[in-house]
Amino acid sequence: MIFLDYIRTFLLRTLQTLLISLRALRRNKMRSILTALGIIIGVASVVAMVAVGNGAQARITSQVSALGQNLLSVFAGSRKSGGVNSGLGSASALTLADADAIGREVPDVVAISPEATTTAQAIANGRNWSTTVAGESPDYLKIRDWKLASGSMFTGREVRSAAKVAVIGSKTANELFGPLNPVGQTVRVGNIPFVIIGLLESKGAGMGGQNQDDRIIIPYTTAMKRITGEKYLRSINVQIGSADRMKIAQEQITSLLCQRHRLAAGRDNDFNIFNQKEIADTVNSISKIITLLLGSIAGISLVVGGIGIMNIMLVSVTERTREIGIRIAVGAQPGDIKLQFLTEAITLSLLGGLIGVLLGIGASKLVEVFADFKAIVSTGSIILAFGVSFAIGVFFGFYPARKAAQLDPIEALRYE
Amino acid sequence: MNTPVNTTPVIQLRDLAKTYQTGEVEVKAVRGVTLDIQRGDFMAIMGASGSGKSTLMNTLGCLDQPTGGNYLLDGIAVAALNRKELAKLRNKKLGFVFQSFNLLARTSALENVELPMFYSQPLVPLRERHHRAMQTLEKVGLGNRLGHYPSQLSGGQQQRIAIARALVNKPELVLADEPTGNLDTRTSIELMGLFQELNDSGITIVMVTHELDIAAYCKRIVVMRDGQVISDTRNEKRRSAVEEIATLDQAEQKAKLA
Repeated sequence: MIFLDYIRTFLLRTLQTLLISLRALRRNKMRSILTALGIIIGVASVVAMVAVGNGAQARITSQVSALGQNLLSVFAGSRKSGGVNSGLGSASALTLADADAIGREVPDVVAISPEATTTAQAIANGRNWSTTVAGESPDYLKIRDWKLASGSMFTGREVRSAAKVAVIGSKTANELFGPLNPVGQTVRVGNIPFVIIGLLESKGAGMGGQNQDDRIIIPYTTAMKRITGEKYLRSINVQIGSADRMKIAQEQITSLLCQRHRLAAGRDNDFNIFNQKEIADTVNSISKIITLLLGSIAGISLVVGGIGIMNIMLVSVTERTREIGIRIAVGAQPGDIKLQFLTEAITLSLLGGLIGVLLGIGASKLVEVFADFKAIVSTGSIILAFGVSFAIGVFFGFYPARKAAQLDPIEALRYE
Repeated sequence: MNTPVNTTPVIQLRDLAKTYQTGEVEVKAVRGVTLDIQRGDFMAIMGASGSGKSTLMNTLGCLDQPTGGNYLLDGIAVAALNRKELAKLRNKKLGFVFQSFNLLARTSALENVELPMFYSQPLVPLRERHHRAMQTLEKVGLGNRLGHYPSQLSGGQQQRIAIARALVNKPELVLADEPTGNLDTRTSIELMGLFQELNDSGITIVMVTHELDIAAYCKRIVVMRDGQVISDTRNEKRRSAVEEIATLDQAEQKAKLA
């Protein structure tokens, strides 16, 4: 019971002190607001920066994962002739036999699509449009996690027979057919007529900003025989069963291809493997660092805000020397005076924190208007901002409060 | 009411000394004061500036510690106490009235009077605080000014608030430091009337003043010089503020009629 009494007294005293502090702050409204402004701006920028950073990160992550789940892309190396480097996928290195070997010998591969691409003029409906023509396997949609808006994907049988069928991207369809449903129509690519059997769902801009919806997908056999005329592949897209097997699968593919291409140890590989998970991890860690950096810069303004609070509290203690003298004379203990001024500083900074959080959320919403991603205001950053502003109040309020508590009452009462 | 049950003196000073160290120089502000102040007494401390009366007052008020001798307040040895215990003692046993009133600005009369109870231990419940502050303000004749700020009141009224604040925790002793120093003659007499009335109801008062006119309302006059008491007398020809106000009123009436 004595303990409960003690707690009750403590709570009542704190409440009393809080009321006194609030009143003192209200008396100097303008000054209080200006003092809290440092904290307001600091907290608002921390909250906004972290929200924007998180939003950008989520956006990039979703773009990376839109490439497909657990994707390994094997690209043919670059071709150099007379000092001219033709870029990735240009070397005559990857063959269908390589693709078959990967599918057969790497156990974690669940889907595989040899890819032969080129750019060609597509003609249909009295219009023409230059687009990417990609020869793929039926697994391609599964690998890229892509769905059809209408129609169907070609099958293994159509691949084997090198059928003249095509699945068309939404952008290309729109350019050639407008609002018309392209399924069942014919499109001519390099003078060869293809029957459109499926329309892809829109996927939007890819990582590099190129439009993924501007393409025509045909069986890779058809592409190699009739469009590119080459027996080499540009790349092989491989889907791995689970994310934690990606590394192992990549190593297995590398050693398999080295062996098949008879590459001596120490010689440059004539192929490159693009690991989607690795890219995602790198992008993630970079954007985390950027978020942290932005947050830290904003955090500096919090410290500056704290110094502002300390400054004003010191002025306030000097201004109210006589009040402090009176309070001490009528029986306030040093602890009472300290608590009063500490509470004032904490109230100021917490108030600043509250307004700052609201402003920060507002600012994040504003950023959303201009950027093409959603800002993510995390509860963590709000709690952190509050915690930090509380800590700033305590830290920067302590010195002025102690100064007030140590005033000599006789001097204080005489102070003009 | 004039015969208190408790017969130990409120204040016992034995060879009290206070020495300041200001740089290299030692200032002996109070050098060996021995005094008893009985309950119900009304004492004036007089003396020129520099006589040590303010220092003595600060020491009596537990705002300062003596550097020599003994000081018992209500039987408690003050020299042994720390700042915290001194604060408790001031809160419980002492009331202060200052020359410059020392009220909290932009704070109502009622809240100014409630201030000492804010720091009381155990905590005084809110309702009792209001009640006691109101009662005390009524006692000093300001029952109708509860919500006024000090700046809205006259000097005499402000000093009455300060007196109410000094009284609200039912102290053993009220210490007044030149309480009429900032007031005109008539207001001063009225205020002395209030002090006399309070003293008649049993409150012990010690007042510092350099005006003989004001000391004349007290029961006992102590004169200090160079940090020592040079005379300590009962005031046989004590003035009565109530009578004087009545005479003043009569004179005013006559002047108006004439």
